[in-house]
Formats: sequence, C-alpha cells, structure tokens
Amino acid sequence: MTDVITLEGDVLVVGGGGAGMFAAVAAARNGARVLLLDKNVIGRGGASIMAQMTCASALGEVEADGPELHLEDTLKAGRGLCNEKLSALLCEGSPRRIRELASWKVNWARRDDGKINQVKAPGHSRQRCVYVDFLSTGAAICAALRNKISRDANIRRLSNVSVTDIVVRDGETVGAVGFDVATSRPVKIKCKAVVLCTGGMTKMFQRTTASNNLAGEGVGLALRAGARVIDIEFLQFYPNGHLAPRMVGLDPTTWEPTRVKLGGRLINGLGEEFLHRYGEEGGGAYDTARDTLTLAIYKEVEAGRGSPHGGVYLSFQHIDAQKLRNALGPVVEIFERNNIDLARQPVEVFPIAHYQMGGVEVDTDMASCVPGLYSAGELAGGANGANRLSGNALPEAVVFGERAGEKAAQFAAQSKAAKWEDKAAEPHLDLIRGIIGKTPGGGASPARLMGELKTLMWGKVGAFRNGSDLAAARERIRAMRQHDLGDLSVSPHAVHNTSLVEWFELRNGLMAAEAVATAALGREESRGAHQRDDFPQADDRFLANQRLSLVDGELQSVFRRLDA
Amino acid sequence: MSASANHSANAANTARLRIWRGSERDHGRYEEFDVRFEDGDSVLDGLVRIRLEADPDLAFRFSCFNANVCKECTMLIDGNVEYACIAKLKPGTIQLDPLPNLPVLRDLITGTLSHKETL
Repeated sequence: MTDVITLEGDVLVVGGGGAGMFAAVAAARNGARVLLLDKNVIGRGGASIMAQMTCASALGEVEADGPELHLEDTLKAGRGLCNEKLSALLCEGSPRRIRELASWKVNWARRDDGKINQVKAPGHSRQRCVYVDFLSTGAAICAALRNKISRDANIRRLSNVSVTDIVVRDGETVGAVGFDVATSRPVKIKCKAVVLCTGGMTKMFQRTTASNNLAGEGVGLALRAGARVIDIEFLQFYPNGHLAPRMVGLDPTTWEPTRVKLGGRLINGLGEEFLHRYGEEGGGAYDTARDTLTLAIYKEVEAGRGSPHGGVYLSFQHIDAQKLRNALGPVVEIFERNNIDLARQPVEVFPIAHYQMGGVEVDTDMASCVPGLYSAGELAGGANGANRLSGNALPEAVVFGERAGEKAAQFAAQSKAAKWEDKAAEPHLDLIRGIIGKTPGGGASPARLMGELKTLMWGKVGAFRNGSDLAAARERIRAMRQHDLGDLSVSPHAVHNTSLVEWFELRNGLMAAEAVATAALGREESRGAHQRDDFPQADDRFLANQRLSLVDGELQSVFRRLDA
Repeated sequence: MSASANHSANAANTARLRIWRGSERDHGRYEEFDVRFEDGDSVLDGLVRIRLEADPDLAFRFSCFNANVCKECTMLIDGNVEYACIAKLKPGTIQLDPLPNLPVLRDLITGTLSHKETL
C-alpha cells in the first residue's frame, strides 16, 4: 500500500473543472507536458458544469458593447474592492474565449441572423450574456473541454487522484504529493509549476448550489505552501436557491434562469410582493443585484413574513399553463417527477451558498507570491471584489484558466533542471501513510465532523453575520482543526476509501472555514456579500483588501487600502 | 448481515436498502440498512445518510449531489440501470447492485473510467 507512484511533467493542474481543463489546454499549446488531476472525475465535478445559463462576454452581437463597459459594471458590482487589473483581464479576455469555445463546438444560442444571442442579466448595462440553453451552458462548455483534453497527447489526465500538499523547496514550487483514491497509494508529482483550480468552498455549508467536491481545498493548499489569500470573507449566497418542496434531478439554482425566462414573481408568506421595500422594482423584475436580493429575502423571513419552510415564494401561477409548458420544454417532466406543477403552486426559495469571491492572491499572470504556484477560476481572488456580477463566473473560469496555463507553461520552460527533492516531500507522504486506517472504530468519522462544520458555517458564518457568532465559530473551527481532526477515525480500506478523501478535504476545508471566520470578524462593516448585523453600513475605513497568510500554523490578517 | 441506520424509524417513511458489498463479483454479500426519508428524497440521499449514520465505509460515486449533472451515480436499482440521484426512496426494500459488465472496484463503484484516465 505504501509503494509510492511517481508522476512527472512540466505543469501540474489540480482540479478538472472549467478553469482546470482550460489551463491544461493552454499549458499544452504553450509547449508544456501537462498533468491534469482531479480527486473525482475530470470534467464531471466542480461548479462550471453546474452553471445553468449566463456567461458574460462583451461581444456586441446584439447591441453595441465593449470590454470597457463590461469592466465598468463589474467594478460597480464589486463595491469598491475589485483588483481592477484582474477585472479588466476578465472583461477583455472573455470575447476571445467565447469565440474559441464556439470553434470547439459549443453551440451558443443564436439569433435568426446567425449572430450569437445575448441577454441582459442583473447588474449588466448591456445585453451581454451568452448561453447555450437556459439550464445547461456550463455542461456544454465542460463537454467541449473534456473532448479537447482527451485528444491532446501532451495532457495526461488522471481522475481519482487527490492532491494533499504542494511541495515547496527553498521557497519555490517543485511539485506536489497526494494519493490515488482507487488504491490509496501515495503519489508524488515532480513538476516545475502548479496551477490550482480547485474552485470554491460551498461544501462547507449545509445548503449549496455546487458539486459535493468543492471543499475549500485550494485555500488550504495555497496557505500551507506560503501563498496569501485575499478577501476570503466575501462568499456569495445565491438568492433564489431551491428550498421546498423536495426536488431532485435539477440544480437548486434552476429558479433564477427560470424566473428570467418566464417572469416569475417573488412573494412573501403573506402573499405580498416585497422587493419594492428594498429599493427595487416589483417581484417580476429581473435587474436586482444578488446581494440586494439575498438581503431582501432574509429580511422578509426575519420579520416573520416567510413561507412555511422559512423562505419566500416564487410563483409562476400568473402565467398561462400551456405557455409555461411550452417554455419549459423537457424540464416539465423533471418537475412532474417531483410532483411540482408550476401552474398550480409556487415553490419556496431561500439564499444558498454559491460562490467564493476572494481566494488566492494572484497577479495578472495568475501567479501567487510563491514562484511556480498559480491559481485560476473561482479559487483566484480579486476580480470580483465584494460581490460577483451574474455571468462573470464562467468567463473567469475560461479566461483565467487559459491565462494561468499559458503563464505556467512559460515559467516551466524558463526554469532550469527540476528542483525536486525527496526530502521535501517525505513529511507530506508520511502524513498520508499515517491517516489510512487511523484509529479505526475509535473516533467520529470525517463525514460526521464535516456535518458539524457545515451546520456551524451555515448558522454563524452565513450571509448575515455578527461579531459574537463569528468569534464563537472561529474558536470552534480552530479547535476542530487543531484537535478534532487528529482524533477522527479513518477506514483501513485501500480501495476507494471515501473517509480518507474526506479527511484531507476537512484538513483544508477547516483552514478555509477558519480563514473566512477570521476575515469576516476583522471586517467591521457591511459591504457586498459580507453583511454584519452589528456593523450594518459600509465604512470607508474598510475600503481595503484583507490578506491572510499562515504564520507558524496561525492565520494572520493584514488590511491594505486600495489607495495605499 | 444487517445494520440499521435508525432502529426507531417509523416503517411508513423508512426504506430498507439492500446493498451489495464487496470487492469481487463472486465474493460479495448483501447488507441491509433502514433509512428514514421524507417524500421526494433520492436513493443517493439514503446512501449519504447511511455513510453518515451507520457505515462510513460504504463506497459509491457521486459529485453533483442530486442535480443529475455529473452522471457518476449510475448503479443497478432493483435490477434497472438508474441514477441514484433521481431514483426516489420508497417504503419497502430497494436492492442496489454495482453496474453489470464492468469490473467491480468496491461496493457500488465499478470501473467506469477509461484506463487512460486512471493510475
């Protein structure tokens, strides 16, 4: 079980979602031998595949538009905290990537005249968002990328390999270690550059919109390697997450594109429309920013005007039944299997954990402060500031993924002989060997502790926060990280040992969770997706980015004003 | 051999999952778990609950969790190839087996991936 598998390449990409697959393609076309690893199945997990509709790109196909206008909207949504250079890269790069994806057979929805169709999403000043279908845009992009990487001889893709540590020698990235989930054999990966594309941390919350595998691992991997994390307190809650009745077979974000397409109305438990109370237009309007919509729904429930399951209603009952049926197409069958008839009943919705705005601090090469360590996609912090604009996540995945792959390949080409050293990797490999079969039957399972963490994050580090809850959460999370984690019982099975995968998810996820609680406690104001009941206003003193680093095993926070 | 996720569960909202366990097709066994459910819960919900409450060793694949996007949770459900994330729990016994005609890795996980994509 302990004989180590050795892999070698120029560039290692960790995470096989939209950003990781694009990074692999870009690194390979810039001359690198690429290893693309995912602890689950490449191109099947992550958040990109779950993206339903909107992908922002200033193509100007439907009306005059340009990247500078897209940038203006992105900065406005970011509530003053965007890294403008990264935001500009995102907006300028999107049209090229969208057209490139079209050449790889992503069938963007088109108008009768053959032009790519573009629709307006909340917060955008132009009709800018492209889509494939109103529920399967991300899946179409992932299918095209899976096809692309499977045909590239310079990309070796490996599913079911969990990366547990970046190996750093003399302050530089020299590779990584992990284990083969199918056999539990340790793996060492010798390479010249690593691109982290592990996505966000939605798994840390009870109710989420993304795949089960997004456990904040990139935050833990990067911090332990010596990189910094920026603005990690900003986590976006998706306003209209599905709440009730029980529905399976569809993404819980289904209701937002459905609301846009059909004009659904948001109604509180008393049957009233309520968005006007929060400075917005009526319940059928579709131009309310996500942070505002989340606030409005929370406040209605808090005031005792919620629906039976503690959310609000989204109703399509004012729409003709046949029109509903025609517009929804095959999705009607999924609703029917769940006994949901939109012509007769509203559904209940409530904000749900969705997206991480902050993340690894990178420059415009997607490089962290650790030479050879790059990050892209949702994990890379900065472009979205305090609140992400609807439709900016998919372009972030493909634009930053492409950029990181290109720059990592160039870095690898310039670096001299591989600097790998077994001695630097050995402690990380020993940790893996020590966890398999640890205290069998003795302690709680990793899944149990993960369950407690999800409840804690949902209750105390969610969309609305206060100082005492955050302090209590941070204390408990730190105890979990420093004590409970070590006492967990891990199954001795060698083959597909899920509790081993979960133990390492928790090791990083607890670091990510503690980072959020720490940063949220430090930011004594309300801005964008970070809302403090005890500091309800934005405060110019906090017009600053917050950076976290790991010093002697403890998180340290430093604010730096944008104008500093 | 049998185990119960919750012995006190009410029969009206309890399903008994009869799950194939093992690493070799010819040397497997069935284990039974009772799981509580609410109307609309999926077989995948039941499997996740068993891992949490009764047996963390149980092996099955999934990523997207009930969205039917990742397509990783295919298995035999009462003899039919189905996705565990959209098959509903119901009172009575539901038998779960690994997919046929593929190598069994462990429990409900079969070798669905291309050899190029695995170590």
